[in-house]
Amino acid sequence: MDELRELYQEVILDHNKNPKNFRELEKATHSSEGYNPLCGDRVHVFLKVEDGRIADVGFTGSGCAISKASASVMTTEIKGKTVDESKELFKRFQKVITGDSAADASKLGKLAVFAGVREFPVRVKCAALAWHTLLAALEKKDDPISTE
Amino acid sequence: MEDVIDTVKVKVRESFVVEHNGFDVTTVREDFPILQQKVHGHNLVYLDNAASSQKPRSVIDAIASYYKGYNANIHRGVHYLSELATQRYEDVRLQIKNFLNAETYREIIFTKGTTEAINLVASSFGRKFVKAGDEIIISTMEHHSNIVPWQMLCEATSAKLRVIPINDDAEILLDEYKKLINPRTRLVSVAHISNSLGTINPVNVMIEFAHQHNVPVMLDGAQAVPHQAVDVRQLDCDFYAFSGHKVFGPTGIGVLYGKERYLQAMPPYQGGGDMIESVTFEKTTYNQLPNKFEAGTPNIAGVIGLGKALEYVSKLGYDAIHHHEAELLNYATESLESIEKVRIIGTAKQKASVISFVVEGIHPHDIGTVLDREGIAIRTGHHCAQPVMQRFNVPATSRASFAFYNTTDEVDKLVAALHRAIDLLS
Repeated sequence: MDELRELYQEVILDHNKNPKNFRELEKATHSSEGYNPLCGDRVHVFLKVEDGRIADVGFTGSGCAISKASASVMTTEIKGKTVDESKELFKRFQKVITGDSAADASKLGKLAVFAGVREFPVRVKCAALAWHTLLAALEKKDDPISTE
Repeated sequence: MEDVIDTVKVKVRESFVVEHNGFDVTTVREDFPILQQKVHGHNLVYLDNAASSQKPRSVIDAIASYYKGYNANIHRGVHYLSELATQRYEDVRLQIKNFLNAETYREIIFTKGTTEAINLVASSFGRKFVKAGDEIIISTMEHHSNIVPWQMLCEATSAKLRVIPINDDAEILLDEYKKLINPRTRLVSVAHISNSLGTINPVNVMIEFAHQHNVPVMLDGAQAVPHQAVDVRQLDCDFYAFSGHKVFGPTGIGVLYGKERYLQAMPPYQGGGDMIESVTFEKTTYNQLPNKFEAGTPNIAGVIGLGKALEYVSKLGYDAIHHHEAELLNYATESLESIEKVRIIGTAKQKASVISFVVEGIHPHDIGTVLDREGIAIRTGHHCAQPVMQRFNVPATSRASFAFYNTTDEVDKLVAALHRAIDLLS
């Protein structure tokens, strides 16, 4: 049960129930849709990028607690950051959730709550879905991206 | 001769004992080595049988003895090993002919599984009999493997796919089905038992009605053969498909039954060795049934393992299996319904021991993870039946599917773990 409590921390359950920035942006400059065929998780990320900085971000979709909370925390963390800073953050985040021994969860801020995912390899995709979708949006890939 | 008679007597007596002394699940479980292990520190509770079932020792041993003792290619060697392998392979075909009560061994085609069997019919029957403007009928509750091959056929031929609707209990609407059949209908292909909902479809009625209009019927029996006896002549179905791995046999092996007159008329599915009679660059003639549909070296070990699996199931007896599984289904249904937040999806009157459910406010994937940590294996997701999820307006479900080796004690563990999952995730 300890690993489960580590995975499903209160912060994650709160974000799942009351996700932040859970809305479509009307004047998005970038958007992309992500899909995890394994469990049917879907997330749509909307961005308003101004001068290389993420001025606003929103998401919609449905999915498990991990994918929804990850999307929610992601939006709070990247809002106001530059595109490059956001990409860098994803790299660090990815290392932590995949259990890379060189990863330092302390530099992740709020994203550190997802460190427990490393004990659940099949759930890594859930935590990463919103981030992959964010990258696709930034690269302006219009096709829906898939974790498979 | 007397020896033979004695053996027969003993066999009759053994089956008599099994039938009348009832069914001892503890003894049965000992036949399955995989069930003896612990997962995350708990005794494994395997409730994902509709995805794939576990294998009795006899199946595992038979596969090993083929590779250890008589591995060779079939149908083409004059040497001892090849003759032995060929004989065992063809013996299983005869066994399956009897198992399904088919008329002749020529109606039994080995495939990779149900998926390949359906693709074979879609491709071969389709090429021969389906043209632009024709129609194929399936139902809302099909597995993707009984949807996509027909969509591909329709795309290639400009035929049309028609879908039988289902009611809120996940039962086929027979009146709607009857309305869909018309002079353009070329084939009906439906699940005998639904993998995602557990519904046992009224296939006898459906086949009779289709035949009144000269429409052949294919049944996807992947979920039926593990639970009930299938008699293709009693059903009068024109095609029947099932997979080895869902009926306690190996993966990568399955069976297509087809009425001989259709199989004779249909062109080969794949070209290659074994399916030919003679080959020249000018003209190739095809082999007789069933070899016409078995191009290339088949899954010999798989066939031998499947034979043992069906032997195992036959020895237990479908009556005993049904009796035990019906008890499990009732007990599990009542137990799950007693959990306030749980809603069962698929409440047909005729059901196999498969229960799909959703828990209010909690995604099935999270349920699956919590249960896994308690050693309980269930399936979560769309179960390769996305149209079913759309019909019931859920993104996914959790599914507990029971086999004859499951126990009411395991149902209790499932229910207790669900309570803990709800506590943890709410």
